[in-house]
Amino acid sequence: MMLEHILVLSAYLFSIGIYGLITSRNMVRALMCLELILNAVNINFLKGNIFSIFVIAIAAAEASIGSAIVSSIYRNRKSTRINQSTLLNK
Amino acid sequence: MILSVLSSPTFVSGLMVARAKKQVHSILFPILVFHDTSGLHLLLGLDFSAMIFLIVYIGAIAISFQFIIMMFHIQIAEIHEDVLGYLPVSGIIGLIFWWEMFFILDNETIPLLPTQRNTTSLRYTFYAIKVRSWTNLETLGHLLYTYYSVWFLVPSLISLVSIIRAIVLTMHRTTHGAVKRQDVFQRNAISFRRTIMRRPTDPIMR
Repeated sequence: MMLEHILVLSAYLFSIGIYGLITSRNMVRALMCLELILNAVNINFLKGNIFSIFVIAIAAAEASIGSAIVSSIYRNRKSTRINQSTLLNK
Repeated sequence: MILSVLSSPTFVSGLMVARAKKQVHSILFPILVFHDTSGLHLLLGLDFSAMIFLIVYIGAIAISFQFIIMMFHIQIAEIHEDVLGYLPVSGIIGLIFWWEMFFILDNETIPLLPTQRNTTSLRYTFYAIKVRSWTNLETLGHLLYTYYSVWFLVPSLISLVSIIRAIVLTMHRTTHGAVKRQDVFQRNAISFRRTIMRRPTDPIMR
């Protein structure tokens, strides 16, 4: 009874994370929704696999790199909107 | 019962991650989700994974996001004025996504829909535990360092890349003259006879 509840929870968190990632106009919120997605995948990988340790390592590495990128973008442009890089749109 | 206690904040907080208006709340809700996920790990019997979750996810990742939000005064509140216009098409696409996910789940092995439950629920009886009981850490070490050792080395390389990248990305700003540097050749050209002198009250002199 517990296993499928956890799988449903993981599917729900995954979809909420994708929804937040798509509809967020802020970079930090997008990064946090990405962490939520990775968390949901991590719950899904618990059925006896050892792969969740690697998912944790990848999530930590990606979080640090994402934070560094967001901070340097914020320093250069003073705003963290996602749709601000439109120079190639013409 | 414990499962529902742990998973119901996850349901709410997951939604609030995408929708929080204040700045501090948008990092507190993922912390709550990670707490409950760690508790779910404990319910499944994976104690090591639960503690690793607490240390790595909450203690490292969420704290770094908290520092980003704190230092840069990032305004997280955003206006969702034109989201509802996309709701017909996006709702259909979302429902197709969910339908596909539940299409894959075989109802015999993972019973999600309440069909006739004549059989008992899923019980994984691991007989290996009764012979010699290993802790979670022991099984991880037994597999990670012997059979999957290459898998173990690759995340270390990925962590190395992330360390170097984080340093390079944040160092680029402060080397434009703001950091006091030492010129090595100038340091070597200084002769000590001109720069160091003895005081009269030195105990060596007298």
